[in-house]
Amino acid sequence: MITGTAGQQVKKVRLVPTFSSRDTLMAAQAPQWFYAMRHAAAQRYNQLGLPTSRHEDWRFTNIASIRETAFELPTSVDSGLVAAKQVESVGILGLDGPRLVFVNGRFDSNLSSLGTMPKGVEVLSLAQAFTSRQALLEKHLGTLAGVQDQAFTALNTALADDGVVVFVSKGCSAVQPIYILNITVADKPLMTNSRNLIVVEANAAATVIEDYASPREDVYLTNAVTEVVVGDNADVTHYLIERESHKAFNVSSLYVRQGRDSRFTSHSILFGGAIVRNNIYPVLDGQGCDSLLNGLYVIGGDQIADSHMRVEHTKPHCDSRQFYKGIMTDRASGVFRGRIVVRQDAQKTDAKQSNENLLLSDDASANTDPQLEIYADDVKCTHGATIGQIDEDQVFFLRSRGIPKQTAQALIVYAFASESLERMEVEPVRGFLRSQLLDRLPAGAVLKRLL
Amino acid sequence: MLEIKNLHARVEGNEILKGVDLTINAGEIHSIMGPNGSGKSTLAQVLAGHEAFEVTEGSITYNGKDLLDMAPDERAAEGVFLAFQYPVEIPGVSNTQFLHAAVNAQRKYRGQDDIDAIEFLKLTKETRNLVKIDEKLLSRSVNEGFSGGEKKRHEVYQMAVLEPKLAILDETDSGLDIDALRVVAQGVNSLRSPERAFLIITHYQRLLEYVVPDFVHVLYRGRIVKSGDKQLALQLEDKGYQWIEEEARAATV
Ligand SMILES: Nc1ncnc2c1ncn2[C@@H]1O[C@H](COP(=O)(O)OP(=O)(O)OP(=O)(O)O)[C@@H](O)[C@H]1O
Ligand SMILES: [Mg+2]
Repeated sequence: MITGTAGQQVKKVRLVPTFSSRDTLMAAQAPQWFYAMRHAAAQRYNQLGLPTSRHEDWRFTNIASIRETAFELPTSVDSGLVAAKQVESVGILGLDGPRLVFVNGRFDSNLSSLGTMPKGVEVLSLAQAFTSRQALLEKHLGTLAGVQDQAFTALNTALADDGVVVFVSKGCSAVQPIYILNITVADKPLMTNSRNLIVVEANAAATVIEDYASPREDVYLTNAVTEVVVGDNADVTHYLIERESHKAFNVSSLYVRQGRDSRFTSHSILFGGAIVRNNIYPVLDGQGCDSLLNGLYVIGGDQIADSHMRVEHTKPHCDSRQFYKGIMTDRASGVFRGRIVVRQDAQKTDAKQSNENLLLSDDASANTDPQLEIYADDVKCTHGATIGQIDEDQVFFLRSRGIPKQTAQALIVYAFASESLERMEVEPVRGFLRSQLLDRLPAGAVLKRLL
Repeated sequence: MLEIKNLHARVEGNEILKGVDLTINAGEIHSIMGPNGSGKSTLAQVLAGHEAFEVTEGSITYNGKDLLDMAPDERAAEGVFLAFQYPVEIPGVSNTQFLHAAVNAQRKYRGQDDIDAIEFLKLTKETRNLVKIDEKLLSRSVNEGFSGGEKKRHEVYQMAVLEPKLAILDETDSGLDIDALRVVAQGVNSLRSPERAFLIITHYQRLLEYVVPDFVHVLYRGRIVKSGDKQLALQLEDKGYQWIEEEARAATV
């Protein structure tokens, strides 16, 4: 039985899938292969258990509080939990494309608006896809997100029962960004396991925005997995916006495989959550790929934001860039771990990685750990990391022109962060995040007026 | 306007200014010269309020107020301006954005309403032409990737826009070609008025041909050891500081 207390004990999480009672949503449609996949994942999860700080990959991020919380799984669609009005106030406005709203991990069709899709573009919930798009799911689901050594991915695979499927056929374009708004309201600690699949065929294009928000300060765990298949010469942009409750936990894992000459961009903005783990694992699996991983974490209190990248180059002539910036205040802890793997065939790889951190208080911390694993001999790989404080000479310069101290500091911090925002192309998102960023900075309100 | 009395200041434990006395009246132009490391920039930074410099003795009165009691941003709003010898770069903040913010912050201090971006652009147009500063340059981040000359011209531009009462120019003329030097001189001369005063720190009398000072002072080892008129600048450029040193030594014996 899945007891709903996954994570109570490290070694023996009671997680034996039966899929009878609680899984009514999918029981009717889900095929045999899917059960087999979940069963295997559950077994693997039971062997792995939740990671501890003894795990190399979790060295700086202690998830004891996740382990010690007894989470329940969502029961059925609970429409009415979140009102349409709330969605308008929580969500990002001004996006013209399809909007899919999930409440407690379940697709809520009443709150969503799909509109008419451009030719060759399909956007549907995972549950729906099991009826209409079985072959596609069977071909791709679980092919990128391996469960072998990632406990949270194994857990997601074992428990996921809803999410979004995006399919863009050859040469077509989704035109407008596809906006997925995840809202969680949990009276008791809740665990959601969203599972998204994005398949963009050759010469096609799509932008997908995953936004995680909470209207209240509840305790819950979002354990999301997204697989992205980028076809030859295709163009995919993915946004992860984490602005959940400061008591919430979020583990988001993005698995990507890029075909020849494709372009993939990932933007991660981590503002919320008590512990946030942002895993991004692109494989540049064709010649001439381009991959950009852009990230910004702005945290305070006792927040932990941990970004874990693994960029794997398998073919020649690919470029990858990782630009991550962190701003930590109070006792917050920012973690960046970026590994670049260059396989033997991946000659002429050009891989860059940079992680810059700004500490705004004595008790804030940043851990940064760039890693290179290179098996080819004709490659260009650079990485750099900085951890610093606000430059006092810059503050003095601004003050000497009449700008008060707090505003001057805020302006410098804002400038540091805005570089990450400027890389984003979807203006409603960029504008929204700019405003959210200012709300999070001391003296941000003054700055809003000045800028 | 400005009265500096027996000013002692130190940085990182070292006493740099060792009893500076200087009085500047409205309408006057003063120039300070002196060998490298004599404390010229230190004096300028103390006037602007840099916290790394600790004043251990003495006083500075500015328009009847205790300058040392004011925060750097208050001093700016009260009309003190420093053109930096080494202007800092601030990536991510555009020049226009920053100066607009500065103008509004100063206006707020004086109880005036904000001016919006369009008004600001209108207001600064004349000044942009005066100091021959490119709009493209202004849309870039503060001083980022600027050449030495561009940085100095940008300082003069800020000065001209902010219209200070007391402008301190710390080697704004160093490393400039003759055209850029004329721009600096124009910037200063356009602001000259009976209500304003200038303190020009320089190593060369070149600028002083365009902006004729009323007084020239020599700062030597943290003290003003000699004052004179424009002739003194010529003499210093001609003979160096050796004779000043000898005079100073003779005076202390
Ligand atoms: N921030 C600082 N930290 C430590 N020492 C400093 C600092 N600023 C200045 N000093 C020291 O104080 C002394 C005076 O420096 P200052 O910059 O005032 O000289 P200056 O007269 O402006 O010289 P220059 O003509 O080279 O610009 C020098 O010995 C310098 O090394
Ligand atoms: Mg100097």
